[in-house]
Amino acid sequence: MEMIEHALRENPLVAAFAFVGIIMWMSVHLSRRLTFGRVHGSAIAIVIGLGLAYWGGIQTGGSKGLADLKIFAGIGLMGGAMMRDFAIVATAFEVHVDEAKKAGLVGVMALLLGTIIPFVVGASVAWSMGYTDAVAMTTIGAGAVTYIVGPVTGAAIGASSDLMALSIATGLIKAIMVMVFTPALARFMGLNNPRSAMVFGGLAGTVSGVSAGLAATDRRLVPYGALVATFHTGLGCLLGPSVLFLATKAIVG
Amino acid sequence: MIIYGTAILAACHLLGVYIGDLLGNLIGVKANVGGVGIAMMLLIAVRVYLHKRGLMPETTEAGVGFWAAMYIPVVVAMAAQQNVVAALKGGPVALISALGAVGLCACVIALINRTGPKNQDSTWEVGTVAEKP
Repeated sequence: MEMIEHALRENPLVAAFAFVGIIMWMSVHLSRRLTFGRVHGSAIAIVIGLGLAYWGGIQTGGSKGLADLKIFAGIGLMGGAMMRDFAIVATAFEVHVDEAKKAGLVGVMALLLGTIIPFVVGASVAWSMGYTDAVAMTTIGAGAVTYIVGPVTGAAIGASSDLMALSIATGLIKAIMVMVFTPALARFMGLNNPRSAMVFGGLAGTVSGVSAGLAATDRRLVPYGALVATFHTGLGCLLGPSVLFLATKAIVG
Repeated sequence: MIIYGTAILAACHLLGVYIGDLLGNLIGVKANVGGVGIAMMLLIAVRVYLHKRGLMPETTEAGVGFWAAMYIPVVVAMAAQQNVVAALKGGPVALISALGAVGLCACVIALINRTGPKNQDSTWEVGTVAEKP
């Protein structure tokens, strides 16, 4: 047993490949046997991943889910920002240029809406729950855009660390919700062609949420959504501490 | 050679992230602006350019295709390292904000997609390296 553990710890990335492979295999079978293919195997795998992340977080008290356990350290490498972005870029190989061009303008519009709507919702909820000063409202509102925009904005306008934590939590819950609910809401949102995927990428925000949500819905739509979503965080970080903060300040004083 | 494809992919990735950082610096935000998106566009441009000149043999494509196919497993690994505990500890403000934002955005997405032009063209469904699940 110790030897196995040693092997896993010495080869973290390889161990992660094997482990994720097992999760995928289980998920595909669960999808076929239990849901008769109605729930996508990838969706089940992502939910299992999130569940394991919760378990890992409880076990170690760390912030990186399952990756905080020594024998699963490779998960951190395999699912980290570097590999995630590398794989996302690779999916661009499947993009049909004409489709992407056709939806360019609507994608930009979706991006703007996708920044403003979550911000307004987040800031309003914050206000109604007693966070009535502009800094708190802006920080929580920015967190509702993405969990990176939240702390970046908060840091720029001088929010306290517990506000930042709250803002990150908001963004994380949003990302997790997008991952889990996208397949279920795909029909309602009309998510069945490149244009709609680009609208989704702009409005749903967070690369992690969009990429996982689309992966669990229809893999071929991933590059279109991701293409737009990657601009989401940048735009949010641009608008959050500037236009959106000033607007909030002007309204609540 | 298969590494050519992976190397092209890596070069596009790095150049895109570099441009994204540059862009972020230029407009004064502490974040990468669309680096991955720019990298994707670079890769699309390179693919189209090389394809036209017949410089994209199947093995080179496979060097990119493998990583595109690894995408879902990578996303699963990403899900497994989210800070789910912290997310659940956020309390009602975080939960309601997130729920409201997701709900409203879903409605707007539905609205835009239902009013948009109907998609008769289904050529996109044939991916270059897409795999069937």
